[in-house]
Amino acid sequence: MLAGPVGTDNVVIRGARVLDPVEGIDAILDVRIDGGVIAQIGLDLDTNEHRVIDGAGNVLAPAFVDPHVHLRTPGREDEETIESGTAAAAAGGYCAILAIPNTDPVVDDADVLRSLRARAATEAHVPVGFMAAITKGQAGAELTEMGALADAGAAGFTDDGRPVAAAGVMRRALQYNAVTGRMIAVHCEEATLTHGGHAHAGAIAAELGLTGWPSLGESLMVARDLDLAGETEQAVHLMHLSARESVEHLRRAHAAGIRATAEVTPHHLCLTDEALRTLDANMKMNPPLRSEDDRSALLEALRDGTIAAIATDHAPHSPEEKDVPFEAAPFGVTGLETAFAALYTSLVEPGLVSLETVLERMSAGPAAIFGLERPRIAVGAQANVTLIDTNGSWRVKASEFRSRSANSWLLGKRLRSRIRLTVAAGRVVHES
Amino acid sequence: MTDLRVVGGDLLPPSQERRHLLSVADLSSSDVERLLATAHSFAHSQARDNKKLPTLRGRLVLNVFYESSTRTSSSFELAAKRLSADTMTFKSTGSSVDKGESLKDTALTLSAYDPDVIVLRHPEVGAAQFVARLTDARVVNAGDGKHQHPTQALLDLYTMREAFGRLDGLQVAIVGDVIHSRVARSLVQALRLVGADAILVGPPALLPVGLAETSHDIGAIADADVVYVLRMQRERMLEGANFVPSLREYTSRWGITPARIRDGQRVMHPGPMNRGVEIDARVADSDASLVVDQVRSGLIVRMAVLYDLLTTGPVAVETAVEVA
Repeated sequence: MLAGPVGTDNVVIRGARVLDPVEGIDAILDVRIDGGVIAQIGLDLDTNEHRVIDGAGNVLAPAFVDPHVHLRTPGREDEETIESGTAAAAAGGYCAILAIPNTDPVVDDADVLRSLRARAATEAHVPVGFMAAITKGQAGAELTEMGALADAGAAGFTDDGRPVAAAGVMRRALQYNAVTGRMIAVHCEEATLTHGGHAHAGAIAAELGLTGWPSLGESLMVARDLDLAGETEQAVHLMHLSARESVEHLRRAHAAGIRATAEVTPHHLCLTDEALRTLDANMKMNPPLRSEDDRSALLEALRDGTIAAIATDHAPHSPEEKDVPFEAAPFGVTGLETAFAALYTSLVEPGLVSLETVLERMSAGPAAIFGLERPRIAVGAQANVTLIDTNGSWRVKASEFRSRSANSWLLGKRLRSRIRLTVAAGRVVHES
Repeated sequence: MTDLRVVGGDLLPPSQERRHLLSVADLSSSDVERLLATAHSFAHSQARDNKKLPTLRGRLVLNVFYESSTRTSSSFELAAKRLSADTMTFKSTGSSVDKGESLKDTALTLSAYDPDVIVLRHPEVGAAQFVARLTDARVVNAGDGKHQHPTQALLDLYTMREAFGRLDGLQVAIVGDVIHSRVARSLVQALRLVGADAILVGPPALLPVGLAETSHDIGAIADADVVYVLRMQRERMLEGANFVPSLREYTSRWGITPARIRDGQRVMHPGPMNRGVEIDARVADSDASLVVDQVRSGLIVRMAVLYDLLTTGPVAVETAVEVA
């Protein structure tokens, strides 16, 4: 399902705290990578003439998997390309990303998909899985040839950006998806409740004069899609949950045995709609930032595993699009290069979420949902690791992104922890 | 610092800068007190034959209007002239905006004239904050979408104080289309600053939640000292919007008629009025109406705002801004 170069690098990472919560490793160890594969884990390993990276004081963890990235290619290569987006991913500690098909043209036929995969095979810094649309043109009416798309390597199906409005169409998609073995991922938004909305429908939107995008606009669709998944006995993945009510629906669905998974973004975990008071267009995302109560529900669901994945919803926008008054700006923020550091700074250091939980939800969690091989620190595994300096800090600057876009919600902020090294598919793809 | 300005998200949230007037939320009660006192002193100057003061001679005030306006644009222009500033009024229609020029480029272009103050009206929430990040001029928000119109709130306070001799404890009922009203948002915050109470009255879908006490019953205006009537915006009545079933139904339930006003109550309206819709002509033209007083207050309050920004009052405290 993933497309990208595979490497055969030889490296020894010496003396890092090796932390793989799923494998149950947490110890100061050396890790030797031979020909892109983890060959040995232990103390005082021979270097075999490999390059040695001193990991003392750093954490070596399974590299991250981002199931929700807008690569803007084809169509808006000024905002992001496969090359720039995967370079950003590498810098953020990722070894795999999934690209969303709401491009121009939409990834709704096998030829478009094959051409993207061919480009990724040579251009990508980290492997990319391309998702395909659920409906042709994401118009919400006719199903794409989901079987042919899966055969051509689609990593999953989603109409993110233009969610399927008709319950009947979504039901048919879930039913038919039984033949593909891929995941259907849904952006839950009831457009008649959110139309014209710019901010969470609450006291801050009321004060700022912004039309509300209510929690119900999400949770009503969450309830619908969970019920459809239950009725069709198919799995469904809920993208970027933002509201407490949505989390509660998901808990009930789990209790009822419905196969449902969910993701949450770093910005919904770290911010609330209080951030809108500056009317900075980089605080405008869909779904919108919500209340502290919603944020605490998301944190609780992340901790207890109800929400199994962290996804950036990396959404690059050009300066012309974002350099406008708040109300005129499009939704979306970038996130690949800042995700871990933001979560470490806002959640791990203050003790809200453990480091192990963040690492698991950024790697094994999303990999399992989409049926990708789990990045792991184990002998014989392909090397997909990231080395993190948790004591380092850096200031987020527009000029330093690998992404072609700089619409980050963190511009100017100082973040704790730095990604020092990323090894993806056996290749060193990032070092700093 | 420079690149942060270019991309729009930056380190300088306007709410912490005090060199602009962007929102009532940025003002303290002492700011309001000082501005109203300054306005009062200008009222005396406006009673003389020679109404012009030399205070802002050589300064440039640019009025930039992306929406139609009668009262606000004329009173800012006159206020600047009465203080001897140079003024220029820029209207988006008939300008390069018609050729697709962005607000950013228009703001940078006009800033090249080194204006001391830019007075901005724009249909989008956040426009004044946005321009404040781009220019070295002081920015006065003369209306940004449904968000804020701070000088309207200040002139309303001034008008109420002239009429009642006090603001503390005054009861103000704001009636009508509150949810789409920047005037109401600014006024609610301003009333809170001076110790007055607001209640919002109107159809359920037109009352925002969480701003102030609300009621759907027009009877709730009975205890108010001031009935503040908002314009019923006709564009909200488009088919399918369903905020209210019809204008006729709105008028019959919430229109301000002589029968709904009691003795001693005063009626205000920010204009422009839809006579026969939200306000009965007999009320608009009655002694209870303060509408003309509001316009008169608008001039001296805007003089006070320009004066305050360009002298060294607390609103005009400069925050250090690095300029490339």
